[in-house]
Amino acid sequence: MDIKAMQERQKHIRNFSIVAHIDHGKSTLADRILELTHTVAKRNMEAQILDTMDLERERGITIKLNAVELAYHAKNGQTYTFHLIDTPGHVDFSYEVSRSLAACEGAILVVDAAQGVEAQTLANVYLAIDNDLEIIPVINKIDLPAADPDRVKAEIENDIGIEADDAVLASAKQGIGIEDMLERIITDIPAPSGDLTAPLKALIFDSVYDSYRGVVLSIRVFEGVVKPGDQIKLMQNGKTFEVTEVGVMSPKAVKRDYLMAGDVGYLTASIKTIQDTEVGDTLTLVDNPAQKAVRGYRKMKPMVYCGLYPVDSSKYNELRESLEKLRLNDAALTFEPETSEALGFGFRCGFLGLLHMDVIQERLEREFDLDLITTAPSVIYHANLADGTQKEVANPSEMPDPGTIDSIEEPFVHASIMVPSEFVGAVMELAQAKRGEFDTMEYLNNNRVNVIYHLPLSEIVYDFFDKLKSSTKGYASLDYEIEGYRQSKLVKMDILLNGESVDALSSIVHQDFAAERGREIVDKLRKLIPRQQFEVPVQAAIGNKIIARANIKALRKNVLAKCYGGDISRKRKLLEKQKKGKKRMKQIGSVEVPQEAFMAVLRTDETETHKK
Amino acid sequence: MTTGAYVHIPFCQHICYYCNFNKVFLAGQPVDDYITCLLKEMRLVTAAYPEKKLNTLYIGGGTPSALTVKQLERLLSGMREILPFSGGEFTFEANPNDLLTTDKLKVLFANGVNRLSIGVQSFNDDILKRIGRTHRSADVYQAIANARKVGFDNISIDLIFKLPKQTQADFAASLDQAIALDLPHYSTYSLILERQTVFYNLMRRGRLPLPSQDTEADMYALALNKFSAAGRQQYEISNFAQPGYESQHNLIYWRNQQYFGFGAGASGYLGKTRYQNFGPIQQYLTPLHAGRVPVFRRHVLPRSEQIEEQLFLGLRMKAGVNKQQFATKFGFSMASLYGNVIRRLVARGLLAEDHQHIWLTRRGEFLGNEVFQAFLLDSDT
Repeated sequence: MDIKAMQERQKHIRNFSIVAHIDHGKSTLADRILELTHTVAKRNMEAQILDTMDLERERGITIKLNAVELAYHAKNGQTYTFHLIDTPGHVDFSYEVSRSLAACEGAILVVDAAQGVEAQTLANVYLAIDNDLEIIPVINKIDLPAADPDRVKAEIENDIGIEADDAVLASAKQGIGIEDMLERIITDIPAPSGDLTAPLKALIFDSVYDSYRGVVLSIRVFEGVVKPGDQIKLMQNGKTFEVTEVGVMSPKAVKRDYLMAGDVGYLTASIKTIQDTEVGDTLTLVDNPAQKAVRGYRKMKPMVYCGLYPVDSSKYNELRESLEKLRLNDAALTFEPETSEALGFGFRCGFLGLLHMDVIQERLEREFDLDLITTAPSVIYHANLADGTQKEVANPSEMPDPGTIDSIEEPFVHASIMVPSEFVGAVMELAQAKRGEFDTMEYLNNNRVNVIYHLPLSEIVYDFFDKLKSSTKGYASLDYEIEGYRQSKLVKMDILLNGESVDALSSIVHQDFAAERGREIVDKLRKLIPRQQFEVPVQAAIGNKIIARANIKALRKNVLAKCYGGDISRKRKLLEKQKKGKKRMKQIGSVEVPQEAFMAVLRTDETETHKK
Repeated sequence: MTTGAYVHIPFCQHICYYCNFNKVFLAGQPVDDYITCLLKEMRLVTAAYPEKKLNTLYIGGGTPSALTVKQLERLLSGMREILPFSGGEFTFEANPNDLLTTDKLKVLFANGVNRLSIGVQSFNDDILKRIGRTHRSADVYQAIANARKVGFDNISIDLIFKLPKQTQADFAASLDQAIALDLPHYSTYSLILERQTVFYNLMRRGRLPLPSQDTEADMYALALNKFSAAGRQQYEISNFAQPGYESQHNLIYWRNQQYFGFGAGASGYLGKTRYQNFGPIQQYLTPLHAGRVPVFRRHVLPRSEQIEEQLFLGLRMKAGVNKQQFATKFGFSMASLYGNVIRRLVARGLLAEDHQHIWLTRRGEFLGNEVFQAFLLDSDT
């Protein structure tokens, strides 16, 4: 290979990401870039082309990453190769964000011209700064009536500490400022500088499973060259594979003879399962290995667990197969079989966070057509037993007998809540009520405050975020990071239906809140569970002590009175609807319980979790 | 095979707050054209079934009694001429306030109508007002006196319970007043909240104070007891009669037998096909003007649905479903298909059985839908 030509090519590569808060217009901006670089013919443009899954499009969030190669003919007459690396926009996926940022030399920071800098933006900008990226601020949506670019510029300078004088003013929707931005990418973002002759060092920043080719890795080559036929090794787990294909996404896969230092592309090597590869791991050659891996590897660990059960227990195998399929594309999803007395056979699944959990649940129901019962999300508790051992408990019903427990620890997070100053009081009141411990408070400017609290993760999982949104009129944003375990006065609360304890409804609560929460749950269940053919008592209990009780009255009358002048099909429809509704319920002992009841235990009404 | 015909008159002078049957305000409607087309439909459809004879006729609505004397005369004489009906039960639905004089009643009687179904709903004037009825209880007495004077003896009235703000005492009073009229037949229905009604609208805004399910059940129990004590035996979930006065036409539905449906939105069941006519008046009239039948949809019942209907309709009757008839009709025993279902329902006290029949227990009558659903076939029955 001609090293000179390769070096010349390397000089014309620019690798960058777009960092933005959800809704600040990242996907639209990416679409405009694709359009302007003629990567996608305009007539083929489907709005927001980088977000491929339906769910992503619906929720306006990006889950899987994409790296697209674009050719840009610059004003200086030269042609540049751009690699646009898309990043997920949610805190649950911050590790994936950090890995894709590590594949870049620069980042475009998109800030909404009206809303300004948000906590989420900050978190990702810090990740970008952490990766030594050159940052180009772009103020988007300047066509909005409420746009205030000068204020936003000041925010960028004060809150983030980067120059914003020459920020690009853009409207991705209207196509304003896009070309300026592309020119700035060439002038501001450095070309990659990796040594083409050094041993191969490439970072895996994403992976997807393809049923024909096996796992397809998204990689950034830092040093050396990789081509089909090479024997490669994963530096973390030591596994070796033979490369079958390399190429770039443009945005469809285009085969290449090799990928070299500076390139961002894909690689396949007949890798059978996604668990063999980990995002953040480094690829090198078996016979000429790199000395050091790319820094920053971290094992992704689930934070939130819940039980997933098929409503129809004969669908257990289908659920397992569907979870396996999802795991092919989601290295962070974990699951293992578990059994519940109430719900039968199912899986205890681990997720990076609540959004991740919601997304998986929805995909199972939508793509695989499964009716599921989800138990309330739980964190992992550490039970310190009297015999000196420690037990990890991800399922509340498995909490050991109180008599054998010395103490219980729960995960705490370092939560940073960014909020306009007028809501500081409300935030502190809420955090206090949720067992938070105040750390510091920082005025970012006259009007924005960053309030730091130490909070139990379980409270965040419960309803903290919803309460935060409602008590700050939606202005607050939350970012959090696990900081470790602390001892708390926790107890297991059981729920009894018709006198029988239902394991799937057990939860771990703080002693001081147990009575109140017990009443809430019992009341909620009373409303959610339809009348049965007999009266059903609903009780909350700690050990043998009943702390709350309500009765679901017996069904007294349910018979269609009339025949509608011989319109039998109408009657049939009604009966079929009733029957279908019943099938979606789970028989617990002799009580029919609707799916929502199982979620009710740890969620308040109208819960919209971190969806947007 | 017993066959009936239902004739739908979709016009009303006033729309009741709970009704979502196919109906429109009378004013400005092409009523005369409708009657012409209705008769045309009867000619077209009966010509296709030359072997069918009709055992019962039923004119319902809407408000059939809202037609003028002249219109009634034309409709009824036309029907008698066209339809292969040579006597048998002939029912006409009427509002009390259309029977305050005897002129319409006379036309009905002269044309062979021999059963009246009068929409009384309640004897409490406040309640009548609240549910959008325009008649008052005094009208009911006048209407029934007139009907008897003209010669009608087979008269039925409807009562509704679980009405907004209705109490157990209100309903008890209405039942007593109804029974005091000493009619041979009564129907009583609990309110069904339907979409596209005033009530549904109120309910959505939280402004429909309906009695609780417990009160509803108590009201139903009260009706069962009072009618039984008065010698009006229950023969169907909502129907009560002196022996010999059971509605032959309604029994056709529950026995899963055949009937024509004439008129806008009417349903029929012929051969293995259930069909329904276009509901909107113009959509109903247009094909008939062009000499075509106004059928909106047809559904050929698969065997499974015929079986289900035999049961969920048949079980509405006090007599229940006959096992031998079932086996003869479908070629296998009820037990071979529903053995488990029946056992389960019997164990839950909802169903009873002997060698000949299965039928609802008293508890089963209250929870009929629980029973009917169980007879719907699906992959895991």
